[in-house]
Amino acid sequence: MKDRFKRVGGLSAVVGFSVIAFAAAAQDTGVTDTTIKIGLVQPFSGPASAYSQIAYTNEAYINMINDNGGVCGRQIELITYDDGYSPPKTVEQTRKLVESDQVFLIFNGLGTPTNSAIHDYMNIKEVPQLFVATGASKFGDPENFPWTMGWQPNYIAEGKIYARYILDNIDDAKIGILYQNDDYGKDYINGLRAGLGDKADDMIVMEQPYEVADPTVDSQIINLKASGANVFLNVATPKFAAQAIKKAAEIGWEATHIVNSVSNSVGSVLKPAGFENAVGIISANYGKDPQDPQWEGDPGLQKWSDFMDKYYPDGDKTSSFTVFGYGVTQTLEHVLKSSCDDLTRAGVMKAAASITDFETDTALPGIKINTSATDFYPIEQMQLMRFNGERWELFGDVIDGSNATN
Amino acid sequence: METFIQQVLAGIATGGIYACMALAVVMIYQAIHHLNFAQGEMAMFSTFIAWQLLQWGIPYWLAFGLTIVISLIGGYVLERSVFKPIHNAPVLSHIVIFIALFAIFNSLAGFIWDFTIKPFPSPFGNAPLFGGGLIGGHQAGMIIITLVVLLILFAFFRYTRVGLAMRAAAANPESAKLVGIRVGVMTGLGWGMASAVGAVAGILIAPVVFLEPNMMLSILLYGFAGAVLGGLSSPGGAVLGGFTVGVVENLAGTYIPVVGAELKLPIALFLIVAVLVFKPTGLFGQRVVQRV
Amino acid sequence: MTVQQEEVSAVEARQEQQARSVSAATISSLVVLAALVLCPFFISGFQTFQLNLMLIYAIAIMGLNLLTGFNGQFSLGHGAFYAIGAYTAAILIDTFGVSYVWTLPAAGVICFVSGFLFGLPALRLEGVYLALATFALAVATPQMLKLSILEHWTGGVQGIVIRKPKAPFDLPLSQDQWLYFFTLFVGLLLYWAARNMVKSRSGRAIMAIRDNPLAARSMGVNVALYKSLTFGVSALFTGIAGALGAIVIQFVAPDSFTFVLSVALLVGLVVGGVGWLPGAIVGGAFIVFVPNIAEEISKGLSGAMYGLMLILLIYVMPTGAGGLIRTVTDRLTRR
Repeated sequence: MKDRFKRVGGLSAVVGFSVIAFAAAAQDTGVTDTTIKIGLVQPFSGPASAYSQIAYTNEAYINMINDNGGVCGRQIELITYDDGYSPPKTVEQTRKLVESDQVFLIFNGLGTPTNSAIHDYMNIKEVPQLFVATGASKFGDPENFPWTMGWQPNYIAEGKIYARYILDNIDDAKIGILYQNDDYGKDYINGLRAGLGDKADDMIVMEQPYEVADPTVDSQIINLKASGANVFLNVATPKFAAQAIKKAAEIGWEATHIVNSVSNSVGSVLKPAGFENAVGIISANYGKDPQDPQWEGDPGLQKWSDFMDKYYPDGDKTSSFTVFGYGVTQTLEHVLKSSCDDLTRAGVMKAAASITDFETDTALPGIKINTSATDFYPIEQMQLMRFNGERWELFGDVIDGSNATN
Repeated sequence: METFIQQVLAGIATGGIYACMALAVVMIYQAIHHLNFAQGEMAMFSTFIAWQLLQWGIPYWLAFGLTIVISLIGGYVLERSVFKPIHNAPVLSHIVIFIALFAIFNSLAGFIWDFTIKPFPSPFGNAPLFGGGLIGGHQAGMIIITLVVLLILFAFFRYTRVGLAMRAAAANPESAKLVGIRVGVMTGLGWGMASAVGAVAGILIAPVVFLEPNMMLSILLYGFAGAVLGGLSSPGGAVLGGFTVGVVENLAGTYIPVVGAELKLPIALFLIVAVLVFKPTGLFGQRVVQRV
Repeated sequence: MTVQQEEVSAVEARQEQQARSVSAATISSLVVLAALVLCPFFISGFQTFQLNLMLIYAIAIMGLNLLTGFNGQFSLGHGAFYAIGAYTAAILIDTFGVSYVWTLPAAGVICFVSGFLFGLPALRLEGVYLALATFALAVATPQMLKLSILEHWTGGVQGIVIRKPKAPFDLPLSQDQWLYFFTLFVGLLLYWAARNMVKSRSGRAIMAIRDNPLAARSMGVNVALYKSLTFGVSALFTGIAGALGAIVIQFVAPDSFTFVLSVALLVGLVVGGVGWLPGAIVGGAFIVFVPNIAEEISKGLSGAMYGLMLILLIYVMPTGAGGLIRTVTDRLTRR
């Protein structure tokens, strides 16, 4: 399967170059002298609709850009469609955007299965699939898929960061893992295993999966405690992560508790789980948590807050989704601005692949976005933090996930 | 052995959730002789109403009572307004309306209260009760309330005039009409009571699984499974069925090698279907004699 | 005019009416067919793709209709057979390099066998019990598909990406057009088979079981065998639709086959008309287009809009499009 991808990718790369040569003369599809048309497909309905806040934030940010005069002298026209987190629907809606609405690029599609379904299509059509909202590592593969780029730190890299922490700080660690039984959960485990190296099989004493359809994860937590693990890696989405934190405290499981970055929001995870149950939890992050009092008066987060008040007043300011949506759209703005001279699809990809030290308003201090022709992972740095019962306390240096094992 | 006991206790605790929902399922089955696929979403919606009342500063038990009354009336009105016009349509068309209601309630709740999870208070607290915190105060309280609701329903269907009339209206609408029972009103009342029981279930479940629009998605299936396993005509059987599902699921997840952990739910469902094959009306259901 | 003569002329009139409505039915089928054939030449590739999806769902609904409409068995789990068909096609193409055309019979056979086997225990279940058993199947499907022990073939949670086939023999058709005609051809073939099956002796036995199982049994119909066979045939149709779906979407993953798919098929069946085979097209169109319309009206409330439209539709035609057409033609011919 890998081989076939390579072949396809190589082919489309070659075709890609001929298109670049041709397109330099003409303006690309979706761009006029006054507008840039951008498409976005996210789940506005169905079980994953909690994420629609990201799309609404994307939309609001683009309204803000337009109010401030647009980019490259053009207004951005954003077309959003709903896929209900169903891959066949994603294909349909994406084709509608590309073929019917003739958008310039597709931005911030959400989910691994959904983005996988259009991965080939976008690269054959040579339409940028920019800043997909998933940390699956396969979306940063410039050699085979030169038209697709992720944004957030990939799950494998984050898994490696936790492995490093465990190796350095915990003697005789026995790791128990709770994970969502899908690509997201498995990527973390792969990262952790890679980070632990040869010791992985000895150190990981139990892996317990759960399904999104499960009502509770109580049974899994009891098994994990019974396994004698003294490190608990919690790879769950917000609802289940909160349940797990609560349950672990209820049954008195004293382990070093690590929560993955998807679920470290103070407002939507730790608060429902109970602050008293969350003391001492460790996590890694790259963005600022608006609920965290230490960012009071922070200029970047203040800009975000003003933006929320003006352009997305219905939005949830305690949710990490709105912070995410702001950061990723700001990155898009940056990329578009730097490709004004060459506003073609190839030009945008080139700009996206040559970001240097860009800092978004919502990123933690010191976390910079860097990409190159061979590096399609925009954010790779994270910093560890510990919850003190009220807020996260950052500790240690900013860690680069790509070389966390070195 | 310790793990076994812990898993059984945890299964009973989770089973309490399913038992609650199973009761609501039995209630609607008694009223319309069918399963209502929108029932979970209706319960979720009621729970959001309770949450909203609490946010407005209304004391817990008052909000609890108010929500039940609102759900009762809401269920009645819903049946009378949506289902009355098509009461002659085939069963499958009714099922499609259930699906439509499912979509409407889910979407409305998300629109009004958004999709982030919300903690829901419990009047019983979360202090560990016994078994090393395996059954917390809330779970114990939930099981007790479930049993109280069970008793009320049992008495209602067995001893009250309305309860008997409701059963007659569902079992044999034509004959019921002949003896002067207003079948339509009974059906509406059945809906009202089912959504009231659902509201109780939702309010009890929310502190465990957190409140959000999709919280009932899978719990409804477990509720169905519990009710069907115990027998749809028997409230007591349904509660027992709910607990059984909880325990079986946990044990399957823990003790079946290789696939157990990944297939906890399918294995539990498979066992239930297997039971049904040998005992088609559930463990405690009554046999219905078919007429030609 | 004598009484006898009156009767004769009444019979003649009725026959004439029937003939008229038959020819009307034939004419309208031909019109629909012509529209289906010509459409792809006047619409964009993307719209052809949408129509193709509509046809694929229609085939799946046709399968469900054989089971529910003609045999009276209820299934909330046909998404499972759709998924089996889709994965059969994807695995054959990806792992074994089989041509897409040959994946269809393979998917059909595998689904027939799984449907038949599932039908055996389902024999003892009726009404809500069967509903629960099939619903359980629908819920369990994605979990089975991502089982780690099957990951080698199914690609686990990542799914399988496959290539879209090109038009053969240098036909001047785009990929979308070619696949559309391919689906249309398969769909017509299956429709023809379904019609003949329903009209045959077996078809009458199947319907007798629906109308009165006890009477059917006493007339010597092997109820158990026919019920299981119908389950198998129904799964075969839906499985072939699944295989076509995989080829057209070029991707299968557990998330594509959640219980939502099974529910959608059921809704499509009811909207199209239970027990009326051509209704499948209406059902397929509903599955593909109505959510898009709902989204057009309101993004935040698309679910509610979808639900409202569904309720209105059932009010207008409580027995689906099939029932509506029957009522209308009855009125017209009675005139």
